[in-house]
Formats: sequence, structure tokens, C-alpha cells
Amino acid sequence: MEVGCSRPAHDSVDSAAKPLVEKMEPQKETKPMVRIGKKAPDFAVSAYKDGGFTEVKLFDYLGKWVVLCFYPGDFTFV
Amino acid sequence: MSVDSAFVHKVWTDNELSKMITAGKVPFPMLSDGGGKVGEMYGVYDEDAGVDVRGRFLIDPDGTVVGFEVLTPPVGRNVLETLRQIQAFQHVRATKSAEVCPSGWKPGKTVLKPGPDLVSNVWKNWKVKEAFE
Repeated sequence: MEVGCSRPAHDSVDSAAKPLVEKMEPQKETKPMVRIGKKAPDFAVSAYKDGGFTEVKLFDYLGKWVVLCFYPGDFTFV
Repeated sequence: MSVDSAFVHKVWTDNELSKMITAGKVPFPMLSDGGGKVGEMYGVYDEDAGVDVRGRFLIDPDGTVVGFEVLTPPVGRNVLETLRQIQAFQHVRATKSAEVCPSGWKPGKTVLKPGPDLVSNVWKNWKVKEAFE
């Protein structure tokens, strides 16, 4: 988990600490990351819907409430 | 959304999920997150297991993430709690944040109206037992 109560200091924006981190571990391009109260990272993925295959883009649902659910895999029991 | 392909989603949906619900038809799209790229953005991709763990994100009509819950695989989430949270966020939004929803809030129960008069007076307006009702 990158985000959550367990590691609140993980994404510290302390500017003094930033260059140090970059030196130790060259950062990849900044990836969009989920933040509470901030815009959800948009995506477009393939999907099975109403008996057919289609592409679903998150921001096509702007204007509606969305519950986005991740789960470990089809045929898992829980 | 899981790392399964849309083809696997079809087989699971048609052969199992559709038989578990009275509607007989899954009312939402089954999304494929091949490689866990989306799960990575949402902080729920487990690289060791190669799967997305159980993450549930509430996104409001503006596309803002207003809440999330993430569980490791062996325990399922609570759908009623998800619906309760949506109802509460919808209430706050409908009142333009003039009313907010304390712990355990359900439609029809006590709301709080933030403002100078409420400071240090929550205890007069809302009882802890309401959180458990």
C-alpha cells in the first residue's frame, strides 16, 4: 500500500528531504497516485459489460457517483 | 476490477456471478487491469502476488476521491457500509456542506451544522449512542 493510515509519512512533501531521496533512488516519471480529497487518477481499460466487450474510461462517469472496486481475482471465494 | 482479462471476466460473470444475484445480470462493468497498472495508481497492487487487493474507492460526481477502504484478500467488504457512506456524502453535497454527518449516520438521523455555535457543543446536539444505532 502506498497510501493509507499505516504510513502517513511516506509521501512527505518536506522540500529539504526531497533531493536526498532523488539521489538515493532516481525517481521514475511522476505517476498519478490516489489521494483522498483529490482527483481520482483516470484510466481506460477493457471490460466485459452487458454481454459484450468494451472499453471503460473512469471520467466517462463524471457527473455520477462511482464505486471503484478492486479484488484479487475472478473465481476467488470471498 | 482485477488483473484478469475481459475474457476471463466473461466466463466468471456468465457461469457464476450471474447465478448469485436475483437480477440474473451483473449491473456494472467488469474491468480488466492487466499488469496491475491501475491498481498501482490506486495503491492496491500487490507486486509479490501479482494481484490487486480488495480496495474500494468512492468517487464523487466531480471525480474526487472522497473515501476508500483497502483489505487484504481473505476478508470481504461491507456493501451496506459503502451505501451508507455514499448516502452521507450525498447529503453533505446536497446541503453544500451546511450539514455534515457524524459517526454511524444514516438518512433521517442527526446531522451537525458546522459554525461558531457548534464549537464545544457537539455533545448537546449528538449522542455517542447514535453511532451504534
